[in-house]
Amino acid sequence: MANVISDETIEYVGILAKLALSDEEREQAKKDMGKMLDYIDKLGELDTTGIEPMSHVFPVQNVFREDVVTNGDLCEQTLRNAPGEKDNMFIVPMTV
Amino acid sequence: MSLQSTKQYETVIGLEVHVELATKTKIFCGCSTAFGGAPNTHTCPVCTGMPGTLPVLNKQVVNYALAVGLATNCEITQYCKFDRKNYFYPDNPQNYQISQLYLPICRNGHVEIETSEGKRTVGIHEIHMEEDAGKLIHDEWEDCSLVDYNRSGVPLIEIVSEPDMRSAEEVIAYLEKLRMTIQYLGASDCKLNEGSMRADVNLSVREVGAAEFGTRTEMKNLNSFKSITHAIENERERQIDLLESGQQVIQETRRWDDNKEYSYAMRSKEDAQDYRYFPDPDLVPVYISDEWISGTKNSLPEFREEKMARYKKEFDIPEYDIGIITDTKHMADLFEETVAICHEPKKVSNWLMGETLRLLKEKSMDAEDIRFSPANLAKLIALVDSKAINSSVAKEVFEVMFEKDIDPQQYVEEKGLKTVNDEGALRKTITDVINANPQSVEDYRNGKEKAIGFLVGQTMKAMKGKADPGMVNRILKELL
Repeated sequence: MANVISDETIEYVGILAKLALSDEEREQAKKDMGKMLDYIDKLGELDTTGIEPMSHVFPVQNVFREDVVTNGDLCEQTLRNAPGEKDNMFIVPMTV
Repeated sequence: MSLQSTKQYETVIGLEVHVELATKTKIFCGCSTAFGGAPNTHTCPVCTGMPGTLPVLNKQVVNYALAVGLATNCEITQYCKFDRKNYFYPDNPQNYQISQLYLPICRNGHVEIETSEGKRTVGIHEIHMEEDAGKLIHDEWEDCSLVDYNRSGVPLIEIVSEPDMRSAEEVIAYLEKLRMTIQYLGASDCKLNEGSMRADVNLSVREVGAAEFGTRTEMKNLNSFKSITHAIENERERQIDLLESGQQVIQETRRWDDNKEYSYAMRSKEDAQDYRYFPDPDLVPVYISDEWISGTKNSLPEFREEKMARYKKEFDIPEYDIGIITDTKHMADLFEETVAICHEPKKVSNWLMGETLRLLKEKSMDAEDIRFSPANLAKLIALVDSKAINSSVAKEVFEVMFEKDIDPQQYVEEKGLKTVNDEGALRKTITDVINANPQSVEDYRNGKEKAIGFLVGQTMKAMKGKADPGMVNRILKELL
């Protein structure tokens, strides 16, 4: 494995992903991420001169909706997934 | 305020302006964007970020963004796409916001602004399309927050200016210019106080003549021109004080508190967020053809400057009136449509400048809220012209028309408000008034010209306001 992920990096990625990792999980994640970067390096070996970067895997463009209201009141359905609700709203921990 | 040295500082300001587009539906789903619905009644699996759902772009969003870009002299990115901006916050159910980083729809534009020091050009770095987040309501009592996702997925454009502004005055002129342009396009109502237009101010200071920019801060939560002006002045002072006392400005986001009139740091650069942008694989690229661009270009409306110049040529009304009438497209349309019916620009302008503005102010309404039709205003003007009603009755009728858009002609008939042109009846009433007020009659005859005013008033009262004041005056003078 050519790429070695540092403790600082895995800590930072953990914070960004909101994941609390045990020591064991952390070591495993470091290994996995190293392998991923190795794979990217492998792809990097390809000569891509003259090839346009693509932003989508299908050769499709301009898929649009017209500006017409098609949804009714789906409040009940939406709130069915709420961990808690009050006055038709989702309850979440105090966030400022 | 601390003592400052004799160094001269220059303020450098750039703006990020978010504008809520006037579409009927959200950017990626068929939920309504109507304001004020009960919480979470305008939501669906797409705008609440349920796994496995597929966003589909609202074409009208592209139309509006394109029109704003063309109206602000931008280059159009004909091949553009959407990216995901990743962050965790409860107002963002997907844990990413769909936005545009790599290929924003518009770039390299500019607008001209008018300030007390003459014309200035403000560059527009880019305009991109994105979705709005939900609304958090903090429940202090229960120590929790409540989330309403009605606003989640409402389409926005973000207009990022170049750091070309040097004062609060220029910032306000720039915002007014954007507001006016976007309102004329019908792309948004741009109400700062309702959040359909929001401005974040990036500000730094440097010594006059310095080549490099100073460290900037970003100020949020500015929802009126007044708070923007105060925040700019306050932040300029704060940064100069820091530099003068040998400290450094820290690059950070600050939140303006309008009640306390000061700002505080929200987060500093050390914990600045890492958004890990990447192309959204759920959305296909947008290709804007030459035909699409020229079609939009051809359908751009006449903007304010052009309209003002044309009014000056076509209509004999004061420049001041022209400025106010063209301040909103709604008012300008109302003016032009009414003039087209009655061909009396000065009289139409008088109704708009006088009673209309007075009532709008009194009822705290915007020009967009005007309900009466051009046809009815034209009818009212005709009623006054033909002396069918006098000007004070006309004002009463106008007030009812302003409230309910009634047909003034019909209303005047029904309520019997027509001026009494029966001279015999009027003469009789005036004779009665003269007989009942010998003191005023004597005063008038002794040279107190003003006394006639009282007698006119008494006559109008007896006629329930339905007499032609000119005729009353004439008959009174004759009989006295």
